[in-house]
Amino acid sequence: MTVLIEAVGLHKRFGDIKAVNGISLKVAKGEVLGFLGPNGAGKSTTMKMITGFLEPDAGLASICGIDVFKEPKNAKAKFGYVPEGAPSYGEMTTRAFLSFIAEIRGYRGAAIVSRVANAVERAGLGPVLDQVIDTLSKGYKRRVGLAQAILHDPPVLIMDEPTDGLDPNQKHHVRNLITDMAADKAIIISTHILEEVEAVCSRAVVINKGVIVADGTADDLLQRMHYHGAVSLKVVADRADAAIRALTNAAAIASVETLGKPNGHLLLRAIPHQKTMTAAEVAAVLRAQNIPVDELYVERGRLDDVFRKITMPEEGDSNA
Amino acid sequence: MRSTWDNAWTIAKRELRAYFATPLALVFLTVFVALTGALTFYIGQFFDRGQADLFPFFAYHPWLYLLLVPAVAMRLWAEERKSGTIELLMTLPITPFEAILGKFLAAWAFIGLALILTFPIWITVNVLGSPDNGVIFSSYLGSFLMAGAFLAIGSFVATLTKNQVIAFIVASLICFLFTMSGLDLVQNSLRAWTPAVFSSAISSMSFLSHFQRITRGVLDLPTLIFFFSMIVFWLFATVIAIDQKKAQ
Repeated sequence: MTVLIEAVGLHKRFGDIKAVNGISLKVAKGEVLGFLGPNGAGKSTTMKMITGFLEPDAGLASICGIDVFKEPKNAKAKFGYVPEGAPSYGEMTTRAFLSFIAEIRGYRGAAIVSRVANAVERAGLGPVLDQVIDTLSKGYKRRVGLAQAILHDPPVLIMDEPTDGLDPNQKHHVRNLITDMAADKAIIISTHILEEVEAVCSRAVVINKGVIVADGTADDLLQRMHYHGAVSLKVVADRADAAIRALTNAAAIASVETLGKPNGHLLLRAIPHQKTMTAAEVAAVLRAQNIPVDELYVERGRLDDVFRKITMPEEGDSNA
Repeated sequence: MRSTWDNAWTIAKRELRAYFATPLALVFLTVFVALTGALTFYIGQFFDRGQADLFPFFAYHPWLYLLLVPAVAMRLWAEERKSGTIELLMTLPITPFEAILGKFLAAWAFIGLALILTFPIWITVNVLGSPDNGVIFSSYLGSFLMAGAFLAIGSFVATLTKNQVIAFIVASLICFLFTMSGLDLVQNSLRAWTPAVFSSAISSMSFLSHFQRITRGVLDLPTLIFFFSMIVFWLFATVIAIDQKKAQ
C-alpha cells in the first residue's frame, strides 16, 4: 500500500475562527476518499492546504512523499486539482485552455496535441473543443475543469465538489470517469452528496468544525446507526400485540420499536442484539405464531441520517 | 532559470491573448494613440515650436501613464480572483514569481505595442525636418522603461485589493508621488525642513527627472539602473504580497 497523499496535523485559522483544527489523513494508491462535511466544516480549506494554495498555520502535507510547502513545484507536478466551481479562463476556447495547461505542465509540440486529445476524449469534450468556455453549459464547464486536472495523468487527483450542480446524467458520467481512473491513483473528492460516497468512494472521512469526526467505508458509517441491520415489518393492526410479544421474546432481538400505524397496519422495527440477524429469522418467529406479515425488509440505514448524527450530535438519531 | 522564462513566457502569451479577447484592448490602444497625438499637437504646440524633435510628444508621457498604466495594471489579478482561476494558477507547477513575471511582461508588451503605434508622429517629424533619431529612439526606450516602472507599482497595488477602482486610484497616487518628487513644488517644501541629503534622495527617485534626462538625449547607466531596479523592487514586493493575499 503506497501512501500518495499525506496530511499531518493541519491547522488553519482565519481571524478568530479555527477553520481547520488538526486534520491528519492518508490516502493510498487505489483509494477514492470521500471528504464529507457540512458547508463551512473546513473541507475546501483542507484541500487548499493539501494542494499548497494555502499555507497552514501548522502541519505538513505531502504528495507522493514530496513536501508541498518545501518543494511546491515538484509536488504540484504530481497532482491534478479541480478547485471549487472548477474555474477556467472563460475567454479561451476549450482547446486553447487545455493547450495552455499542457504547456505549463511542460509538454511541447506534438505532446501537447496528444495530451489535449486524450483529456478531451476522456472528459467527453469533443463536441465543444473549439467553443469559448464562457459559452458552454455548466456541465461542460465542469468537464473542462476535470480535463485540465487529468491532462498530465497525475498519480494524485484532488477534486472539490466535482459534481456539484450537475444533472444526474452528468453526475453519472463524472463518477464513471473517477471510477475508471481509481485503480492506479489516489483520489480525494469532497462532496456533500452522500449517494456519491456509496457510488464512487472506497472510504469516507467526515469532518465537522475543522476536525475529523468519522473515518471509514460507507458501510462502517452506516453501522453507526443503532438500527443498522434492523428488520422493519408491517403487520395487521389486530395482531400487533401478539407480534410485539413474539418478537420481544425472540432470543436474537434486543428490542422492538413501533414506527407508525398507517391504515389498519402497524409498522414495527426489530432491533437485533448483534448486527447479524437475518430477515428470515424474524419471519420464522412470526410464522411460528401464525401472524401474517405484509412487508419485511432489512434496514441498511441512510447515510443522510448518519451524517446528521455525526455532524449534529445534539440532535442525535432520536428521530431515526 | 530556463524553466522560469519558459513558464513566464507561457503565461505571458495567454495573458496577451486574453487582452485581445475583448474590445477593451483596442479601446485602450486607440485612446493612447489619440491622446498622445492631441497632447503633442494642441497642448505641446508641436508646429508652433518650429523644431524638428519630439520633445512635446514625450513630455506628456509621464502624465498619460499616470492614468493609463494603472488602468492596465488594475486588472492583472482582479479577474483571476473573481473567477477563482487564481487557485488553479497557483496550484500549477509554477512559482508565484513566474506567474507575476508572465503577467507583467504581457502588460508591458501591451503598453509597448501602444507606444509602437505612435509611429506616425515619428514619420511626421522626419518628413517635416531632420530630427536627431538617436534621441528619439532613446526617448522611446526611456518611455517604455518608465511605463514598466509604473506598471510594476500598479501590479503590486493590484495584488493588495480585490477592488479594481481602489487599485486604480491607489496605483495612480503612488505613481504620481514618484513622478512629482523631483519637481520644485515638492522639493521646496522638503528643503525647508529636511537635510539636503534627504531631499536630494527623494529627488533622485523621481521618474520625471530621470525621464527628462533621457528626452534631452542623455541615456546613461544610472538612469537605466534606476528604472530596472524600480521594476525589480516592485515585482518582488508583488511576489510577497501575492503570497499573503492570494486566498482572500
